[in-house]
Amino acid sequence: MSTVVVGGGLVGSAIAYGLALQGETVTILDEGDVAFRASRGNFGLVWVQGKGDQHVQYASWSLQSARLWPRLAADLQRDAGIDVCLQQPGGYHICLSDDEMQERANKLSRIRENLDQPYDYQIYTASELKRILPEIGPDVVGASHTPYDGHVNPLLLLRALHKAAIVRGAAYRPNRKVLQIKHSGSSFRLETDSGDSFTTDKLVIAAGLSNRELAEQVDIYVPIKANQGQVLIGERCKHFLSAPTTYIRQTNEGTIQMGDSMADMGLDDRTQNEVISTIARRAIRTFPILGTLNLVRAWAALRIMSPDGLPIYQESRACPGAYVFTCHSGVTLAANHAYEISRWVFEGEQPDAARTFSNARFMEHSSS
Amino acid sequence: MTQDLFIRLPDDSQDDTVSFSFNGEPLTAAKGMSVAAALLANGKHVFRHTPVSGAPRAPYCMMGVCFECLLEIDGVQNRQSCMTSVAQGMHVHSQDGGKDLSGQLINSELEENAQ
Repeated sequence: MSTVVVGGGLVGSAIAYGLALQGETVTILDEGDVAFRASRGNFGLVWVQGKGDQHVQYASWSLQSARLWPRLAADLQRDAGIDVCLQQPGGYHICLSDDEMQERANKLSRIRENLDQPYDYQIYTASELKRILPEIGPDVVGASHTPYDGHVNPLLLLRALHKAAIVRGAAYRPNRKVLQIKHSGSSFRLETDSGDSFTTDKLVIAAGLSNRELAEQVDIYVPIKANQGQVLIGERCKHFLSAPTTYIRQTNEGTIQMGDSMADMGLDDRTQNEVISTIARRAIRTFPILGTLNLVRAWAALRIMSPDGLPIYQESRACPGAYVFTCHSGVTLAANHAYEISRWVFEGEQPDAARTFSNARFMEHSSS
Repeated sequence: MTQDLFIRLPDDSQDDTVSFSFNGEPLTAAKGMSVAAALLANGKHVFRHTPVSGAPRAPYCMMGVCFECLLEIDGVQNRQSCMTSVAQGMHVHSQDGGKDLSGQLINSELEENAQ
C-alpha cells in the first residue's frame, strides 16, 4: 500500500517516519518556505504537566508520548545520525502570585484524581524552590514540578524526522502545496501547485492550518484556528537553569528562550512590542539575572488550535483511507505520532487511546 | 594569516591614538576604529571560544550581524566588538564560553520597570 502524507511539519514527518519504519511506501508532500510552519517556531518542550485537567485522556496521551520519547530520540540518532538533544529532567511551572499558585495546585490535584495511573507532582514554596533554582527572584511565590517534562531542539527534531524518513525509504517532495483532493474508487488523486499530481491508496492530512480546508475535501470536519505565540531568544549563557519551565528554558547549548504568549489574531505572524515586553518582564521577575540578557531574535508563530485545545485525530467516514491528524503539541506528541498513529494508518486499527480525540466531540448531530 | 589582510590605509588625519588593553596586554589603536578592527590591526585573531564546542573564533562580518566577534568590554560580556568604538583606557577581554549572567550587574531600571 502507498500513503501520501500532506504536510512535512512535525506531525506529518513523525507519522511518515513511523510508516516508513513499518515498510510502507510513503511520500511526504510539503509546502514551500512560505508556509505558516508552526514546526519552525515552537518552543521545544516535551510537556505533560497541567495538560488534560478538563479531559484526562489528554494527560494520559501526553504521558504516553513523554515515555516513548527516549525511544524516538534513539531511533532518530540511529537513522538520521542526529542528536535532537532530548533532556527530560522534569519541569517547573513558576508562579508569581498566590492565586496562580492555588490555581496550579488545584489543577494538578484534579488531574491526579481523575487519572487511572500514578501522576507525580510536587508543589514547592519559594524557599524550597530557591534551593533548587537559586536564581529565582523575590516575586516568585512557588512552583509546581512534574518529573515527566523535558525539552528538545525542535529544529533539529524536524530535520531529523525528515532525514530519518528518507533514510527509511520515504520520498520528501517540497514546494508542493496540495490544492485539490479527489477520491475515486479506493484511491486519492492530489493536485499540487507545482502542476504535478499524486495518486495514493491512503492519505494522511497533517497540514497544520490548512487542515480545515483540506480535510473538508474528504468530508472531515476539523474546526481549527490559528493561535499566535511569540518567542524571545537570548544570547548563549553559562548554565543557570537545570530544568525547563513553562515559559523560560535554557537549551543544552546555553541559549535562553522565553515565550508562552497566546493571542487569537488570525493569520498574523508578526511580533508586537507589547507582547515582547510582557514576556521579557515576566522572565526578569522570575529570574532577575535575565535583566542583563541581550536578545538576539524574536518571532511569532501560529499554533494550530482546536476549540478545546486537544488534538483531532479522525478517519474519513465518506472516504475510508483518508485521515486527518492535527494538534498544537507536535513536539510532545511526536513519539505517539511516530509509533501509535502511524500504526493506526498502517494496520487500520485505531488505538484505544486515540478514540477520545475524534472530531465527534464537535458534532451536535453526528451523521454516523 | 589573518593579520596580513589588515593593513591600515594611510590617511591625512591627525595621528590620534588611544591606549587600551586586551587580556591585560597594553595595545594602541587609531581613534575611531572599532574594537574588532583595533585588535585585528594588532594581530589578535582569537577573540573568543564558543560556548558549545570551545572552538576559537575571530570576527567574520565586521558589520554587526554574525556575532562572531563577541568580547568582554569594560566588564560587560558578549559585546559585539565590531559595533563598539575603541576608547582610551578600555579593558578588553576575550569571551570564553557563554555569558555568565550571575557575574553581571543587574540593571536596576529594568527591575523597576518589571514591577
